[in-house]
Amino acid sequence: MKRNSVFAVAREALRQHSGWGRTWGNPEAKKAYDVVIIGAGGHGLATAYYLGKNFGITNVAVIEKGWLGGGNTGRNTTIIRSNYLQDPSAAIYEKARSLYETMSQDLNYNVMFSPRGVIMLAQTHHEVRGYQRTAHANSLQGVKTEFISPARVKELCPIMNIDGPRYPVLGALWQARGGSARHDAVAWGYARACTDMGMHILQKTEVTGITQSAGNVTGVETSRGHIACKKLGMVVAGHASVVANMAGFQLPIESVPLQALVSEPIKPCMDVVVMANTVHGYMSQSDKGEMVIGGGTDGYNAYTQRGSFHHLEETVRALIETFPMVSRLKMLRHWGGIVDVTGDRSPILSKTPLGNTFINCGWGTGGFKAIPGSGWGFAELMAKGESPLTDQFGLDRFRAGRFIDESVAAGVAH
Amino acid sequence: MLILNCPYCGCDKDETELSAGGEAHLKRFGPGATDAEFEGYLFGRENPKGLHFERWRCASGCGKWFHAARCTATLEVFGTYKAQTLEPPQNIKDAISAKRPGWTWRGFS
Repeated sequence: MKRNSVFAVAREALRQHSGWGRTWGNPEAKKAYDVVIIGAGGHGLATAYYLGKNFGITNVAVIEKGWLGGGNTGRNTTIIRSNYLQDPSAAIYEKARSLYETMSQDLNYNVMFSPRGVIMLAQTHHEVRGYQRTAHANSLQGVKTEFISPARVKELCPIMNIDGPRYPVLGALWQARGGSARHDAVAWGYARACTDMGMHILQKTEVTGITQSAGNVTGVETSRGHIACKKLGMVVAGHASVVANMAGFQLPIESVPLQALVSEPIKPCMDVVVMANTVHGYMSQSDKGEMVIGGGTDGYNAYTQRGSFHHLEETVRALIETFPMVSRLKMLRHWGGIVDVTGDRSPILSKTPLGNTFINCGWGTGGFKAIPGSGWGFAELMAKGESPLTDQFGLDRFRAGRFIDESVAAGVAH
Repeated sequence: MLILNCPYCGCDKDETELSAGGEAHLKRFGPGATDAEFEGYLFGRENPKGLHFERWRCASGCGKWFHAARCTATLEVFGTYKAQTLEPPQNIKDAISAKRPGWTWRGFS
């Protein structure tokens, strides 16, 4: 793979961009690999990348039913933050955030990481207390956050109405080093780096069954035939229960749609990410100028990649009170992704009842921000059988009652 | 927009008038149960892509809990029935079989 650099840009400018080549490969599937990862979204590709980079395991296939990064990786609102309450969460999300800072250099691919700062609004007294607690917890965890006043919120985001009668801004949790990144580029960058290490990314290859022998997985049945493997990683987000069911075990997961929408592009008006958890509304401005808005999840299980209209209406209704200037914006696109929500709203990075099979799922509504940390920890778990980043996130915590409770802790929707 | 018919008050209700209550026909475990049974009851979920049985509450109507048979992949509704039952009634099973021949869900078929 040719390296991207300012010289490459200059060289290609002189020959009318004829020499860029493919970003990732489209190989024929081999009969067997050391490691097969199901799911070529951000988490699956990051896992493959760190397996190669940190552990030298490069005989890897990443199998994808659709196209690369076409699931939740391409459907989220690209918010990156690590201001969680519980220690295991803070550790893995902060690892992810710190890896995002150097990801463009590491992958030699511009993921447009923009540490513009994330404001989480406290709009009820309950939230004020919750976020003050989170700020204290974060300072013990070494995550830089602070609780800021409404006046400071107004200074950081002048288009906000902080005196709204229904949703006044009473303060906010501010993480200056949070921000956003180009979600597609994260998947593309990892895919390019994986291809560079000789890994195979098999798109349009659906896993239809999982073959087993004596409590171990021997391979996967796919639409391209049987592919044998020594280790299997399931990283399929919304469809985790479906794939686990093929392997014969059940997960503590419910899959529900989560919606987002973007407006027409407007001039720069907001250079921070704002989250309003009371009303399930998240907003930031993309580099193209679109206002990117995330909403809440539906209340019932569905795999339809579209959500109920009334949830969107609730989000927008609340947002236009907090941001009066967006009330006359036209919305350009609207979509949904299927998120896999666990009982304690924390992810599962775990061994499974099958000896050589590992599962990474349950990121729910907040997976994008975790991609590099998740890949880092899960690769270590797959290579060594244990990882300090993931050991609290095992499937066994539901039986033991050892929850990493992020839902009750702060009233936070991710 | 999902519309379900409440089998108690007989009204067609929009999803905004209902509360979703998760998977139906869970077997309750209490004192004396093993950890595995209790884990399964509290957290283990079918979460299927396709036919699903769910609990719903007629929140802005009669207030009663009822069950619905629904497809999570197409949002098609096969029917609703009263909650005082351990398994779906035959007319619901027949309605599902007409659309999804050979269906199974947990122990039902």
